[in-house]
This record gives sequence, structure tokens and C-alpha cells, in this order.
Amino acid sequence: MTDDACDSAGGFHPASALDYLPRPQLRELQLARFQSSLRRAYDCVAPYRKRMDERGVKPDDLKSLDDVVRLPFTEKADLRDTYPFGLFASPLREVVRLHASSGTTGKPIVVGYTREDVEVWSSVVLRSFVACGMRPGDVFQNTHGYGLFTGGLGAHYGAEALGVTVVPASAGNTDRQIMIMKDFGVTALISTPSYFIHLLERAAEIGVDMKKLPLRTGIFGSEPWTEAMRRHIESRTRLKAHDLYGLSEIIGPGVAAECTQQSGLHIFEDHFYPEIVDPNTGAPLPDGAEGELVFTTLSKRAMPMIRYRTHDITSFITEPCACGRTIRRMHRIGRRTDDMLIIRGVNVFPSQIEAALLAVEGTLPHYQIILTRDKGLDEIEVQVEVTPEVFNDRIGTLEDLQSKLGHAIANTLGIRVKVHLAEPHALQRSEGKARRVIDKRNA
Amino acid sequence: MHIRQISVFLENRKGRLAEMTKLLAENRINIRAISLADMTDLGVARLIVNDPTSCLSVLKANDFAAQATEVVAIELPDKLGAIHGILEILNANGLNVEYMYASMGKKGDTGVVIFKVDPVDEAVAVLRRNGVSVVSGEAPPIP
Repeated sequence: MTDDACDSAGGFHPASALDYLPRPQLRELQLARFQSSLRRAYDCVAPYRKRMDERGVKPDDLKSLDDVVRLPFTEKADLRDTYPFGLFASPLREVVRLHASSGTTGKPIVVGYTREDVEVWSSVVLRSFVACGMRPGDVFQNTHGYGLFTGGLGAHYGAEALGVTVVPASAGNTDRQIMIMKDFGVTALISTPSYFIHLLERAAEIGVDMKKLPLRTGIFGSEPWTEAMRRHIESRTRLKAHDLYGLSEIIGPGVAAECTQQSGLHIFEDHFYPEIVDPNTGAPLPDGAEGELVFTTLSKRAMPMIRYRTHDITSFITEPCACGRTIRRMHRIGRRTDDMLIIRGVNVFPSQIEAALLAVEGTLPHYQIILTRDKGLDEIEVQVEVTPEVFNDRIGTLEDLQSKLGHAIANTLGIRVKVHLAEPHALQRSEGKARRVIDKRNA
Repeated sequence: MHIRQISVFLENRKGRLAEMTKLLAENRINIRAISLADMTDLGVARLIVNDPTSCLSVLKANDFAAQATEVVAIELPDKLGAIHGILEILNANGLNVEYMYASMGKKGDTGVVIFKVDPVDEAVAVLRRNGVSVVSGEAPPIP
């Protein structure tokens, strides 16, 4: 514990000392943890062992961090193929928590945590919150949904570990959120950026002046956002808006976070080993080059991840941060290598929508996904062409079709969608591959 | 006898109905009766035309989802309780009207009312037995 572990504008917590380890010491810690995590993955998880054996790599071959490139990658499809618990290294009786997020088709992907994992998770969320300037004494409103989504409970446990006053508001009911914010004197909050922008608009409608509230720290994540959205939020409140990054496969929120410098996200490298690789070849890229972010978990016990392809595109920031942290920073995530969409914090793949349409109609109709943002809130509309085969004279049949499609998609995605039935050939077709997604959210 | 009605799926957007009627006029298809049922963002146009077969193929060739349905057309005098009389007959025989719409007759003193009743053959037989003037498909009366 040193005085450095204290942000100029933030709090002070001994757990944050790990953010300031000298680089050589950090590298040593990473290697030792990598070796033991790899050994555990090899010994306890059959798919990892099989894939490493195929490549002729043994856990002992990892002599330095440069040897990482010899290890096989792990993909989201591996989680789907081994649904639900196939990549677990711990027996279920040692797993104290399960979470799930959407996979690429019907089935979700499941992640598990031992008691130690939950502690590590809480500690990285705590360090994220400290970096963003939260400290004991803050009243913290958690607007992330409590449930299978890692956002809600992840933020909750981290905030409790830090020792702030937690308001587990969960998602939705905007008027009540605003009332709580005002009446409880909330000073810090976590939200998806789009939901908070929606909340700001609602506050203006009901005559609540957000600038008069004591809010000072905002933590935003679970979906990509822009500098323009940050300016929008900061100009309408007194809070500083910070970016928090995470994904369930690695641990949930708390993989990386902005500090009060608001200049890139610090990766909690002592628990998550980051690489930037060429998205096409998988070859490692030099520091500073833009490519796909890949993570290996260094301390996760229930579900170690070896070289997990996030499909998020970013680059490392090579200069040291003015905050004094030695853990590396990356630029905020702007785009992805695949077609995953993030709608109200929920991961959505067009293939999931396709599977639902196919299940209802028997054949795949021509369709298009339209994304819009209304008062800060993401809206998704699926336009489906009516084929002469499904059309008949009865209005009821069309109404039925519309509601069946809506239910099937909502069941798969876990969020409500609007279904619009379109005439045959009414939807735009481009040369060759159909343009399935029209994203008007940042238009 | 019953006649063939053409149903067309239409998106509820400006000018779409006119696009369809233009197409039919260009192909010399005469619309003798029309009704439009609408939901929030879509609708179904139901048409009685002079040539249902070519109407259907023209529509399909132009990417309209269209379908033929058998309906009953009844010639009714312009007098108090005329429609009610028909509904009473159908009701007494356990026949349910799914929808109906009317068209002007050629002369001022009669109208033609289109009924969607299931089963259509039974409805025609019941109405004829009760002396109702059911229009025949071969000789479309609505000019």
C-alpha cells in the first residue's frame, strides 16, 4: 500500500496497489499465474487438453510470456458447443454462481464462478470503481439488471467490497430511478450509456434538474459508446462519465476501466492477460497496432479461458498514464470483427433472429434488422417479408404470424422486438450478400 | 354459386394502394368492388374483379402477395331490413359471417353485398332455398 494508490480525484483502497506494480514484477506475476492457470485448464478441461495435444503443446512449454502465441485460441463457439458446463475446470459443487449471456444461436453461453472467482471479480470491479473516482461515502445506484446478466451482480459485489452505500435499483422503471437518485442523494451510478441518456430525457420531461443533483461519478459500460455521448452526459449533469469494459466469458464487468484521466481503459493485467492479434491470421501485432483483443484469464478457477477471441477491435496505448498506474491501457472499443450487435446492453447476433424466424415459418423469409434510438433507448425492429405461401385472406393469420414471430425472437434474445410484416421484395437487397442490419442509432 | 375474390397484402404506406390500382387498370382489370381492412402497419385489400385469374397472375408477377378466396355475392333491394334478413337466414342455419362489404349496383334500386361465410357452398344453398338472389360467378353482375 503506497500513497500512489490514491487517485487525485478518487478514493483510496489497498486493492488498487496492484494497479501500480513495477512492470517487471507484474510480468513475473503474470507468467506464474499463466503457467498455473494453463496447467489447470489442461488437466481439468478435456477440450483444452485435446486442442493442445493436437498442436503438440504442453503446459510446461510456456517458459515465458512470449510462448503464449503457441497456444490455441478459444472462440465463443467453443462455449456454445460445450453448453452448459463443458469448459468448467471445477466440479459444480465448487461453483457458487452461474451467469449466462446470449450465444450466437438459440442457446445462451454459461459462465461459472467459484468462491475465489467471485472474490477476484469483486476486487477488479472495486479497482475499476476506485479508478473512476468512487470512494466510501458515495451513494451508488446500480441500474444494471440483477439476474443472469453479469452486469448487475458484478457491479453490486464490487461496490459492496469498496464499501459504498449500494442502492440495488436494478434495470427499468425510469421514474422510480430518478426519484431514488434525487431522494437518496445518489453520488455515483452505473448504467448503460443509452439507458442513462434516456433517463436524462425523462428527467427533463418531469422537471427534474439533473444539474442540481449531487451525482459526481458515472460508470458506463455493457455497450459501445462514443465521445459525443460522453459530452452529452457530462453537459447535462455534474458527473464525470467513465467507461467500464468487460465480458462474461472473461469475468463480467471489471476487465478494464477508465481512470479519472478519462484517457483509455486500464486493463487489470494481473488477472487478465491481453493480446492484440490480427483478426484474420491470429498473428500477434506490435504494441500500438489496432487489432482484435484476446484475453487469457490468469486466476479464474471455475472456467479458465485460454486466448479467448473477444472480436472487439482496439489497440494498446503505449505511453504511461498520467494517473501513475502501470497496468496497460487500451483505447475504447469502437467496433467488432463479427456481426454481433449490442442492444440495450444485450448481445444480439443476426443468426439468433434468423433461427427464430426459421422456427416459426419453416423456411427462412427475407428479413432485415433496423436499429434506431428513441430518446436514448435502443429500439429493434425486424422487418419480415410476407411470402405468398404464408399470406391468406384472414387478417387474423397475419396478426398471428406477427405475434408468433415477435414471441419467438423475444424468447431467443431476451428483449422485446417490434415485428413489421413487409410485402414480398419490399426489403432492400444488395449485390450478393443481403444487407441484414441497418443501424441508424448513431445517424 | 359463389365468386372468386382476390385478397392482396399491402403495407400501410402512402400511395401503396394507388400503385396496385394503377397496375390493375394498366392491365385492363376492372375493380367492381373493393374493401380495405387495416391493422397498424399493414392491410389487406379485397377485390371483386372482372377477371380474377389474370388479376391474380398480374399481381403475383409484380411481387404482390395475393390469394383467391371464394365468397358469396348477393343482390339486395334498397329497402329497410334487407341486410338483416340475410343475416337472420345465415344465423338460423349456424353460418357465421367472417366479414362483409357492399358495392353499388348498376341501377339505383339494388346493391350487391359480398359475404365471406364458411362453408361457402352451404351458405349459397341455404340462401337460394330461402329465395335470396345469389349472384353467379359466371355472370358477374356488377358492371
